[in-house]
Amino acid sequence: MSSLWRVAEVVSGTPETETSRTIGLKVAGLNGSLPGQHIDIRLTADDGYTAVRSYSVASAGNHDVLEITVDELANGEVSPYLVRDLEVGDRLEIRGPVGGWFIWRPTDLNPVQLIAGGSGIVPLMAMIRAHKASDNPSQFRLLYSVKSPEAVFYREELANLHEESRRFTLDYVYTRNAPQGWPIEPRRLTAETLLAKILAVDAMPGIYICGQTVFVETVADWLVQAGYPAASIRTERFGGTGGTR
Amino acid sequence: MGIISSGFHGKRRAGNPALPPGQYETESFPVLTAGPAPDVAAEDWEFFITTETGERHSWSWDAFMSLPQVDFRTDIHCVTSWSKLDTSWRGVSLDTLFEDVETTSDFAMAHSYGGYTTNIPLSDLLDGQSWVAWEFDGEPLERAHGGPARLLVPHLYFWKSAKWVNGLELMPDDVPGFWESNGYHLHGDPWREERYS
Repeated sequence: MSSLWRVAEVVSGTPETETSRTIGLKVAGLNGSLPGQHIDIRLTADDGYTAVRSYSVASAGNHDVLEITVDELANGEVSPYLVRDLEVGDRLEIRGPVGGWFIWRPTDLNPVQLIAGGSGIVPLMAMIRAHKASDNPSQFRLLYSVKSPEAVFYREELANLHEESRRFTLDYVYTRNAPQGWPIEPRRLTAETLLAKILAVDAMPGIYICGQTVFVETVADWLVQAGYPAASIRTERFGGTGGTR
Repeated sequence: MGIISSGFHGKRRAGNPALPPGQYETESFPVLTAGPAPDVAAEDWEFFITTETGERHSWSWDAFMSLPQVDFRTDIHCVTSWSKLDTSWRGVSLDTLFEDVETTSDFAMAHSYGGYTTNIPLSDLLDGQSWVAWEFDGEPLERAHGGPARLLVPHLYFWKSAKWVNGLELMPDDVPGFWESNGYHLHGDPWREERYS
């Protein structure tokens, strides 16, 4: 049952950026997760105080190890511990994987447009990896809005996939600092840029958006205004509760 | 007690007895939605209640606003673990809306503009437990938070408080709504941690 707490052992911890890392968790009896699902993590202090947070799964496949990528939130309660202090061999408790809506199924043959804002890439990466591992012929296109090249998660893997796969296309939008020679000044994503870098309405893509609240709400509104059916758009908010509302 | 993470101290945002188990307090008002926010103008909005006999009660925005309005304060609890305490709302009690409704049904499916649904027992909706709210913190409810009006059933996890609410379909049996069909609990009582199915 997904609602029970299970023990997970930390089997890997790999820095993703300066403020984030990917953590491998081995869970006895686990049979993978659906691309896009999340787990809850429960930490217990030595006096019994507990804190629970949700993290999207980044990995794909039917293994007893799953990976999450945690970005450290300024002033966060749980994320600094997971990024800085947790060590390989430590144990913690997890619940899940859960979620049956913001998921992609390898049997789905529709083209897919993924739109990530910052660490919102994580559940989309699980979909990209599942798509790569499958023989699903559909087109996957990712638009990744990120503040700087240094903040990109899974950089090499995405670049390689973009090079090698005919089924996967990658576009970056840099909002604060762009790489040297980048043709566009870094700035906040606009409707114009968005619509120029995603699959057209006519392609009838399934669309997944994940990022901070304002990013998700804004992008979803632009898409609806541009004629993408609301029913084709799935959204997930990401990154703690420190939103702007 | 669970597995202890030595070196984890936490911020003790969870010690408050007003917080259900596994919840922490936040000052912000996070938004969680499954898709784009529907854009419903007040003049196009209506609220309906349909019964098992097919009887339909409905209120336009103006008719709804002419009903007795109540101000109330309540805590809200999201299944994603945040709670917001002592929030301030204005709206119409479900008891008012049910005054002329005759039904033998025990359950309701809330329907929202945009297609969202969530199931709630009638016993969780009546007797001063729920409202259709249109004002938050003294301001008209923002679209992102469900404006022009949302259901508010604050003693259940907040996904039961359907944003952009359009009406209630009364039904004899408990049928899962949107999140309830996607891994979440049929009932959703935060004090019992009814999070996932």
